[in-house]
Amino acid sequence: MTGMPWLDVLVAVLGGAIRVGTPFLFVSLGECITEKAGRINLGLEGVLVFSAMAGFGASYLSGQWWLGVLAAGCSGALIALLHGLVSSLPRVNDIAAGIAIMLLGGGLAFYLGKPLIQPQAAQIPAIPLGAWLGAEPQGAVGSALAINALFPIGVALALALAWALKNTGWGLTVRMVGDSADAARAQGTSVNGVRVAATTAGGFIAGLGGASLSLYFPGSWNEALSSGQGLIAVALVIFARWHPVRCLWAALLFGGAGALGPALQSVGVTGYYHLFNAVPYVLTLAILVWACSPRRSLQGAPAELGVSH
Amino acid sequence: MKHSTLESLALPVLALAGGLGLFGLFIWFDGHDPVQAWSLLFIGAFGDAFSLQNTLQRAAPLMLTALCVALPARAGLTVIGGEGALVLGGLACAALPYAMPLPTGAAGTLLLLLAAAAAGAAWIALAGWLRQWRGVNETISSLLLGYIAIALFKHIVEGPLRDPASLNKPSTLPLEDSLRIGTMGTWDVHWGLVWGVLLCIVAGLWLLATTHGFATRVVGGNPRAAQLVGLPAGRLIITACALGGACAGLAGGIEVAAVHTSANASLIVGLGYTGILVSFVARHQPLAIVPVAILFGGFLAAGSLLQRRMGLPDASVQVLMGFCFVFILASEALRGRLGQLFVLRQPMPAVAGAPT
Repeated sequence: MTGMPWLDVLVAVLGGAIRVGTPFLFVSLGECITEKAGRINLGLEGVLVFSAMAGFGASYLSGQWWLGVLAAGCSGALIALLHGLVSSLPRVNDIAAGIAIMLLGGGLAFYLGKPLIQPQAAQIPAIPLGAWLGAEPQGAVGSALAINALFPIGVALALALAWALKNTGWGLTVRMVGDSADAARAQGTSVNGVRVAATTAGGFIAGLGGASLSLYFPGSWNEALSSGQGLIAVALVIFARWHPVRCLWAALLFGGAGALGPALQSVGVTGYYHLFNAVPYVLTLAILVWACSPRRSLQGAPAELGVSH
Repeated sequence: MKHSTLESLALPVLALAGGLGLFGLFIWFDGHDPVQAWSLLFIGAFGDAFSLQNTLQRAAPLMLTALCVALPARAGLTVIGGEGALVLGGLACAALPYAMPLPTGAAGTLLLLLAAAAAGAAWIALAGWLRQWRGVNETISSLLLGYIAIALFKHIVEGPLRDPASLNKPSTLPLEDSLRIGTMGTWDVHWGLVWGVLLCIVAGLWLLATTHGFATRVVGGNPRAAQLVGLPAGRLIITACALGGACAGLAGGIEVAAVHTSANASLIVGLGYTGILVSFVARHQPLAIVPVAILFGGFLAAGSLLQRRMGLPDASVQVLMGFCFVFILASEALRGRLGQLFVLRQPMPAVAGAPT
C-alpha cells in the first residue's frame, strides 16, 4: 500500500493487465491462427476450461509445473482437433461446432476435474521483475510486477507468429487457405487439412492460456475458473484485426479491464463488484460495435471467415 | 412416409444413440457400468409418476429457451444468449411488484409474465439490431450480452432489490401468493408446461402458416431471394430475435413465479445453454422442440439419480449433452446419404469434379 488509494488501484490495474491478460494473450493468439486459416473456433472457451483442468491435474500428480503446462497445451490441441475434424464434415458450420465444443469441453473438464477442486498443484514460477528493478518484493509495486513466467513466452510467440505468417511458406499457406479456399484448391493444397492443422495448433496455444489460469492466476482449479475468457478472445482477435502483435496490446487492455473490479474492491469500493466484473464484456461489445461495419468487410479480415460478411 | 421425412427422424435418433453410446464408453473407462447408467437415465426421467413430473417440470423452460434459438435461426441467425434473456425475464418478473401495485390473481400474474417476456425480447432484439446496424456477429454479441445480463441480475438482486430477510442467499422479495403460478390439478407440474407447449405450437403455426413466418423463413433460407423480392429483412430478423427473446424471458418469469417465488441465483443453472442443444436436435422446428425438450428435461432430472446411485459427478449430464451435440452436428454430414448407407446399399454416385 502506498497510502494513496487511487495510485494503488492504478498499480494493481497495471499489474493485473499482465496477470489477467496472459490467458487472453494465449487464447487470442490461438484464435488468430485458427481464423487466419478461415475458421472461427468458439470452442476455445471449452478448450480453455479443459486445458486448465488437465494442466492442473498433471502438475498436481507429477509435482512439475512444466509438465502441467505441457499437458494443458496438448489437451487443448486435442479438443481443438475435435473441432477441426467436426467442422471439416460437409454441411457442418464452424460456429455451431464451436458451441458444441464449448459445452463438451466444459462438461469433460468438470467431470474429470471433480477430484482436483481441493488440492494444491505446483505453480508456474513468477519472474520478480519488480524486485529486479529495485522495488520491495512484497510491496504493491513489487507484487504487481511479479510476472507469470508464461507471459514472456506469449510475447515471443506473438512476435514469432507475426513474422512466420508474413515470411514463411507455412504462413503463406495458412493465409491463402483463409483468404481464398478456391485458390488453395487450385494449388493442390488440402483446405480442410490446413484448417484442421491451424485449429489444432491454435488449441495448443490456447491451452497454455488454460495453464496460466489454473497454475498461476487465480492458480487453482474450480468450475467457475473461466467465464467467457475464451469467447472474449474471439472478439479480441477482431479488435486486433487478425494481427498477432496487436493481439498482445488487446490482451493487456482486457487484462487491465478485468483487474479493475478486484483492484477497486481492495481499496474499499465494493458496491459495484458484479458490474465491474462485467466491464470486459461491455468493453468487448463496445469494441465490436465500433470495429464492425455492415457495409464493408473488416480490414485485414480473412475473406473466408464468417464473422465479417 | 416420404424418404426425407424418415431421414429427418432417423438422423437425430441415431445421433442421440451415438451420444448415449459414447457417454457409456466414457464412464466405462472411468470404471462405471454403462448399462446401469443408461437404465438409470431412463428410470430417473420416465420411470414413475414422480420422475415424469420432475421431467416435465424441467422440460417447460427448455421448450421456451429452445425457441429463443430456433426462431432467430429460422431467420438465419445463430443466437445463443438465451440464458441472459431468461435471467432478465426472471428479474423483471420479480421486480414489477416493486414498481407498481398489481391486481391480485391471474391478471397480476399475466402482467408479471408480460414484463418477463418484454425484458427478454428487448435483450435478444438488441443482439439482432447490433447485427443489422453494425454487422456485429450475433453469436458472439448474444453470448456477451448473456454475461452482462447475469452481472446486472446479481448486482440488482444483491443490491437495490434485496430482501433484507434473505441472509445466506440474496433474493428479491417473494411474490405474493395469489401471483404465483400453481400446479395443474392433482399433477405436481406447474402451468408453465402449458405455456411451453402452446408457444411451440403457435411458433410452428407462425412459421408454416402465416405470410410473416414465411417471409422470415425466406430471409433465413435465402437472403438474396429475400432482397430480390423486396422483403424488409432487417425488420423480420429483429422481430424473430425479439420473439425468441420473449420466449426465453417468459421462461425466466415462469421459473420465478412457479418455482423459486423470488429472483435469486437458483435461476442461473444453464437452462438457456441446454435450450441451444434442444433447438439444434430439433433442427430448429418448433413442433419438434416439445419432445426433444422432454427428453433432455428427463436427462437433467435423471442427473441426480446418477449422482446418488453411481457416484458420478454432477457434470455427467453435461458430458452426455456435449457428446450428443457433437453427434447431432456430425449427423448433418449423412443427410441425403442415409438411405444409401443403411437401406438401399447402392454404390455411391460418382462425384464429378473437385470435392467441395
